[in-house]
Amino acid sequence: MIPKQPRTHYLNISYGFKSWLFTTDHKRIGLLYLVSITLFFFVGGAFATIIRLELATPQGDLVQAETYNKLFTMHGVMMIFFFLIPAVPAVLGNFLIPLMIGAKDVAFPRLNLLSWYIFNLGALFTIYAVVSGGVDTGWTFYTPYSTTYSNTHVLATGVGIFITGFSSILTGLNFIVTIHMMRAPGMNWFRLPLFVWAHYATSLIQVLGTPVIAITVLLLAFERVVRIGIFDPALGGDPVLFQHLFWFYSHPAVYIMVLPAMGVVSELVAAFTRKSIFGYDLVAFASIAIAVFGFLVWGHHLFVSGQSVYAGMIFSFLSYAVAIPSAVKVFNWTATLYKGSVSYQTPMLYAFGFIGLFTIGGLTGLFLAAMGLDIHLTDTYFVVAHFHYIMVGGTIMAYLGGLHYWWPKISGRMYPEGWAKLGALIVFVGFNLTFFPQFLLGYMGMPRRYHAYPEEFQVLNVMSSAGASILAVGYILPMVYLIWSMRYGPIASSNPWPATGLEWQTSSPPPTENFEEIPVVTWEAYEFAGQE
Amino acid sequence: MEKWIPFIPERASTVAGRVDALYFFLVGVSVFFALLIAGLELYFAIRYRRRSPGEMPAPVRGSMKLEMLWVVIPFLISMVMFAWGSSLYFTIYRPPKDALDIYVVGKQWMWKLQHLDGKREINELHVPVGRKIKLTMTSEDVIHSFFVPAFRIKADVLPGRYTSVWFEATKPGRYHLFCAEYCGTSHSGMGGWVTVMEPADYEGWLSGGRAEGSLASTGEKLFQDLACVSCHRSDIQGRGPALKGLFNRPVRLEGGQTVIADEGYIRESILNPRAKLVAGFPPIMPTFQGQITEEQLLQLLTYIKSIGPEETPAAPPSPEAQAPSGGAGVTRKENVKQ
Ligand code: HEC
Ligand code: HEM
Ligand SMILES: [Cu+2]
Ligand SMILES: [Cu+2]
Repeated sequence: MIPKQPRTHYLNISYGFKSWLFTTDHKRIGLLYLVSITLFFFVGGAFATIIRLELATPQGDLVQAETYNKLFTMHGVMMIFFFLIPAVPAVLGNFLIPLMIGAKDVAFPRLNLLSWYIFNLGALFTIYAVVSGGVDTGWTFYTPYSTTYSNTHVLATGVGIFITGFSSILTGLNFIVTIHMMRAPGMNWFRLPLFVWAHYATSLIQVLGTPVIAITVLLLAFERVVRIGIFDPALGGDPVLFQHLFWFYSHPAVYIMVLPAMGVVSELVAAFTRKSIFGYDLVAFASIAIAVFGFLVWGHHLFVSGQSVYAGMIFSFLSYAVAIPSAVKVFNWTATLYKGSVSYQTPMLYAFGFIGLFTIGGLTGLFLAAMGLDIHLTDTYFVVAHFHYIMVGGTIMAYLGGLHYWWPKISGRMYPEGWAKLGALIVFVGFNLTFFPQFLLGYMGMPRRYHAYPEEFQVLNVMSSAGASILAVGYILPMVYLIWSMRYGPIASSNPWPATGLEWQTSSPPPTENFEEIPVVTWEAYEFAGQE
Repeated sequence: MEKWIPFIPERASTVAGRVDALYFFLVGVSVFFALLIAGLELYFAIRYRRRSPGEMPAPVRGSMKLEMLWVVIPFLISMVMFAWGSSLYFTIYRPPKDALDIYVVGKQWMWKLQHLDGKREINELHVPVGRKIKLTMTSEDVIHSFFVPAFRIKADVLPGRYTSVWFEATKPGRYHLFCAEYCGTSHSGMGGWVTVMEPADYEGWLSGGRAEGSLASTGEKLFQDLACVSCHRSDIQGRGPALKGLFNRPVRLEGGQTVIADEGYIRESILNPRAKLVAGFPPIMPTFQGQITEEQLLQLLTYIKSIGPEETPAAPPSPEAQAPSGGAGVTRKENVKQ
């Protein structure tokens, strides 16, 4: 039987710019975010391309040192604040949370739309900073360089990040209230998909952590403009205080980037093994544990900054403690495959990719948490490789896997499976070729943020640059065929995989109000047996 | 030997081998777990591949025993990493008492190094093999980070305070010195070389070049030029406390607390005297903030350190050496009591 699309659904119910720009439908807002962040991803990617080209030779010969410094700064700012942090929650989370819990929309639909506007307003400031000359402090904005010595557009960038933070807070707030208040009858906490648990934990971090970065950026701006003397030692301030404040947010923020991705992977693994996630409860609690303990480990970014050795020990210990819940998740996904019915469709390939790369990223985190070793590794390419394995290898893999998995629901069409598998393979190979050599470079002693480097590092850098060009193909490919499939892809049924989860019990694409009638849940999460 | 291991930088300090050992331990554990996970994934993925579209596996909800196993085992292994990493960290950041002092001042974008005997270098550091060296470092502008991969040491260099790190080189040669903390435009150009020499060659190098007088004697001269000596006298109790034997001694402050007079304290006493007043003295010492350079400050510091109770052989004979009896220690004690 060839599936038929419903006559009306959220995409064709109304047309025109206004119907999108003034929509309060969480699904349409999810797509608005998709457009925004895809744009920022390619902007950030363009910066990365020039960086890798420059690093193909040891001399700084392609761009000037100032330009190079602006490039890696703007690459980091774009990717972290305007792509990775919103990627999974704002696109997939917005689209899916109400569907998954059986609600018509999020708790505050208009606030949801406002968040998107705030997000873009923030981005606009940052883009203004970019086009009017750029900023060169690194995405970490360390003082007193950022407050006193840099004469680039620190303020505009800071304002951009400050504003965008509110979008993050509001989205988190919206999700928390939605998950508490809007669950369908019978959908108790332990029937929630793990995707929802992960987003709940993420939202907690967003609401509690983001105000800290907002205050930090504000202090930085005051210091820069009116020289209040909190960070600059020449004015009696403490430059390391900034690092404490910055990482108090930014370490939890790395979990804003990876927890939702873990939620996606739980969904993928369940759907493509047709089994409940092994140890659902522990995986759900692991998300919460990560969110809570994630607030207590910021000091592991300051092991060489003269912090007391005893403080260092506490942060090192807690960093190991917070690694355990992540390890648990990896083991539990693996155990889920046991006696499952494993299929290798594209989303599952991305899930496999995520597990492999996240594992390497997590394991190398253990190197960095070992203080005596971190002395050698910090601020080298080893750290760069570590966090790219997690944030690019992990988060972007999961994001792409999720995008493919829910694409039939989002667009009503299937993506081309052959191309998609090829794309997943290219991303995996390109990624490893780009970032694995950086671990070796780091241990050999190549510092990060270097415009020019000694010749003995060239071979590995060339490998990395070559990998980056493969990776670029891997990222452009899905964009092309996903757009193609919106028109030409085969029509998707309401539950093409088939998978559990309320989102698959409504038509593809869903109607604006999500369900013809509010579902009543009488089964556990991932209960495939009762499914036809 | 280590030439045969690829992707490992040269090992030229006493801690390098220990850092590498921890690294190899972590590589071993990581390879084991990565292969375990990948192997299991692969095996399960093939063994339990979907054979018919309608296949429905029996549900398995989990197993508390298994899960506890993979909470507890990784935790125990990680505690080994924690303990090992911490002990190494203590070694690297706790300079031994008998180390030779060298001072480092970072600024955009160069390293200035001062030896005790007055020799100065820029972006080059010469040290003898087999001698413990303590670096005391500060920055004139932004944060830098002193990084010598072959020694496996790194420490941030902060404006407005001292940080320190130590090493003992084990192999003559020339090794990269990098700035590891991003510090602006020429960050990647802020590098140089550490040259490790046989002790004899080092002596030769030391005695070559123009002689400037030791750091302590330059400091002493500065102590007079800046009129510190008008208040801080060594023979009689002046308007300020006598500084003899001050270094590393406890000092009683106005208000009752006691602090150890380390480099950071002496620095603060000169730049911001009101921050910590010595008990029994009025706040009359003027601030020297902005009037002396970081290098001059280090010279004063060296001088004050050199007038310890036991005369350091490196310090040249100075008037203090012939100070009247009573002993430096007693002078200090009186200060503390006041
Ligand atoms: C006007 C007199 C005066 C001058 C000039 C002066 N000092 Fe002081 N200094 C004091 C007094 C009084 C104290 C004790 C009160 C305090 O802690 O400020 C002191 C304290 C100190 C201390 C802390 C001593 C301790 O026992 O803890 C140091 C170190 C010091 N001075 C160094 C210097 C140096 C170096 C200079 C010259 C650059 C200098 N002083 C110039 C009066 C002076
Ligand atoms: C699994 C446990 C993890 C441990 C033990 C760990 C440990 C560390 C440590 C100690 C550092 C500091 C390194 C240094 O600067 O010298 C670090 C850096 C970093 N980690 Fe992790 N990490 C883990 C997981 C993650 C995750 C899940 C993410 C992101 C989603 C992440 C992202 C980052 C980032 C972005 C940096 C460096 C940022 C910068 O300096 O620019 N890490 N990690
Ligand atoms: Cu962190
Ligand atoms: Cu630098």
